[in-house]
Amino acid sequence: MLKLFSSRFLQGLLTLFVLVTLTFFLVRLMPGSPYTAEKAVPEHILKELKASSGLDQPSLVQYGLYLRNLVFRGDMGPLIKKDGVSVYEVISDSFPVSLVLGLASMGIALMIGIPAGVIAAVKKNSPADFASLAFAMIGICLPSFVIGPLLAVGAGLHLHSLNVAGWSSPTDWILPAITLGLPTAAYLARLSRGGMLDVLSQDYIRTARAKGVPGRKIITRHALKGGLIPAVAFIGPAFAAMISGSFVIETIFQIPGMGQHFVNAATDREFFLIQGLVLFYGFLIVAANLMADLALVALNPRLR
Amino acid sequence: MFRLITIAAASLCLLSCQKETQVEKATREGILLLGNSADPKSFDPQVVSGVLESNINRALFEGVVQFHQKEDLAAPMGVALELTPDETAAVWTVKLKPGLKWSDGHPLTAEDFAFTYERILTPELAASYAGMLYFLEGAEAFNMGETTDFSTVGFELIDSLNFRFNLRGPTPFFPELLKHFTWYPVPKHKVLEYGTIGMRGNAWSKPENLVSNGPFRIKSFRRSDHIEVERNPHYWDAANVSLNGIRFLPISNIFTEARMFRDGQLHITSGAAPEVVDLMERENPAVLRQEPYLGVQLYRFNTTREPFDDERVRHALSMAIDREALCKSVFRGYTEAYGMTPPIGKYDPPHEVSFNPEAARKLMEEAGYPGGKGFPRKKLLIASRETASTLATAVQAMWREHLGVEVEIENREWTAYLEATRALEFDIVAGGWIGDYTDPLTFLEMWTPTSSYNNTGWESQAYADKIEESFKITDPAERFEVLRDAEKIFLDAMPATPLAWVGKNYLIDPAVKGWDPLILDNHPYTKVELIPQETSR
Repeated sequence: MLKLFSSRFLQGLLTLFVLVTLTFFLVRLMPGSPYTAEKAVPEHILKELKASSGLDQPSLVQYGLYLRNLVFRGDMGPLIKKDGVSVYEVISDSFPVSLVLGLASMGIALMIGIPAGVIAAVKKNSPADFASLAFAMIGICLPSFVIGPLLAVGAGLHLHSLNVAGWSSPTDWILPAITLGLPTAAYLARLSRGGMLDVLSQDYIRTARAKGVPGRKIITRHALKGGLIPAVAFIGPAFAAMISGSFVIETIFQIPGMGQHFVNAATDREFFLIQGLVLFYGFLIVAANLMADLALVALNPRLR
Repeated sequence: MFRLITIAAASLCLLSCQKETQVEKATREGILLLGNSADPKSFDPQVVSGVLESNINRALFEGVVQFHQKEDLAAPMGVALELTPDETAAVWTVKLKPGLKWSDGHPLTAEDFAFTYERILTPELAASYAGMLYFLEGAEAFNMGETTDFSTVGFELIDSLNFRFNLRGPTPFFPELLKHFTWYPVPKHKVLEYGTIGMRGNAWSKPENLVSNGPFRIKSFRRSDHIEVERNPHYWDAANVSLNGIRFLPISNIFTEARMFRDGQLHITSGAAPEVVDLMERENPAVLRQEPYLGVQLYRFNTTREPFDDERVRHALSMAIDREALCKSVFRGYTEAYGMTPPIGKYDPPHEVSFNPEAARKLMEEAGYPGGKGFPRKKLLIASRETASTLATAVQAMWREHLGVEVEIENREWTAYLEATRALEFDIVAGGWIGDYTDPLTFLEMWTPTSSYNNTGWESQAYADKIEESFKITDPAERFEVLRDAEKIFLDAMPATPLAWVGKNYLIDPAVKGWDPLILDNHPYTKVELIPQETSR
């Protein structure tokens, strides 16, 4: 167990290093610079601006400085366009919001997705199965920029029960959490249905049935543990994606989360912010995968 | 389970149905809720350049003069008691109101102004809008680093209440310039407490440290969520400010903003998409405003590339655009452009741009492309924002129909598009310009050969001379005549063709009073009032 953990941990570190390096050089290959603006900045001012953020140095020197600051000081750098704001501030302001939203969405996804998948598998080819499959198809196919505004207009403008957007009270979590959770619920439903169907056709389940174990007990005691393995493997990365925010959901519901920064940093050429966000997201993915691996080991004795 | 959900939903509905909307509550409390598209790049008026920052700065700071509630060209006194020009309008003397204070109670004096203008022109600060101060004698040289002696700049400190601007030439529209946020004072004592004069990223402008001199001071800030300002008790005219505060909401999605308005979460939106304009015209026209805005939408030609180096081709393409149709079906609330500069006060641009497919075809023929035959397949570069792609498709069809010319639309991501425009890596490129101040110069100076906004490859000494000539004239009417001549030179060469003059569409709650049409859309918040209405939206 410890060996598995430490090898995965080292792999994770290596992944992050490669990620930081690749991102660093890729962002600098994009056309334009952080100082490209609609009303172009005069040449002599541009020179001063580049000097102030160190962008006038050769790429390799910049890379060395960045790594040094990152590793030894934990400093992810400043925002280039926003005077006096650091990447750390942006992430530490927005991540808690995304975390709350991600947790709520994951809760919704688990509460809907797994029961739907399990019921569909147990009652294969019944109306419940078809309903669950149809739900999964809709959840996967309908993008959140369709579901989000529909929910906002329906629940906010017509029913007047919730705010169409904003992030000031816990009731504001409901609509975005549903919008963000639905596609994941749909995937989970399909994965757990498939996993359960596999397990339910295994010999040991037939043996249990032959021994007269009641149906409900077969599912909860014997089948569920193995049937959920595909879903658990999926939950790890999906969770990391959910808690790191979504540009679409955040702009539709006006949420001060982290997802919008991914897109805006890229279009604004906020080099340090892009690097910081990619590193942070990479860290979340690595950590979530590590957790998922450990959970799988716990679920599947053959992996021990 | 089902019953539980029903009960939960019903109680949620009951809870929220009785509650007043956020707008009703804010109206009662005197807080204006304002859509403001994004977070500001900074609160420091000397390092920002955008419209959304200027909306916030206008609440926090006040310059020598203010914006007028209704008149575009009036400049009521701000912190100044008097602003007096000499007979040439090249020297302007300012007498400050006595007893002015910053929001921390520290006295505001003419020394703050001296420090302010030295700071924005200091090369190390790299203020991107420092060019606004080049009207001051010697300011450009100081900003370029040619000298470090601020006494060479046309700013003269007389005593703690009086100072003088020495301009590079007659500038009868100087009060219009002074309304711009680059001329607002910054607190010397605070800037120096947190750093040096030329230091970027100086912590004085962090929300928790910010000291300002306007009608409001900062109350709270949450990134991507809101900025709230409250009354500044030290403001000289605090007794006549009606609002208790303003809440700026950085809503980037214009459709989300419209939904929030309809849901009672906003008094005023930052804009309204064409779809929203159409919907509100049917549903609730009373909240929809469509007003002229000081801007132009245009297409630039790359005059360094064939066949756009031929003036006839540029004119033909310009004449084949049906601007009336564009204004009717693509834009909402825009007007057809007949020149580059929108009419400002007594300035009317020359009527040189029109729709004439017949003449366009003839010019194309003369240029060697009869019926569009032999015309190379060129690209029209756009960045898909707002109506840009609908507009491009419409113009593409017009050129095909009237000239037989086929252009391809190339869509690039915003920064890549800006970069291509700057580097002249395009055939035809979509663009626009929003004026900084109410004078035609803000639209005309950019086409001089040395301007970093020209981006057409077109260089005309005659044009540059005319602009230079305008700097030497005191009489406004005579000056406009020269500027009109300059604009005619530009339109005769047509390195860029104007399409439409911008209109501003937005939604406003009936409770807001004192928000009148202004061409720069810079409303003085001191004149805004919130009066609760009988009927809600």
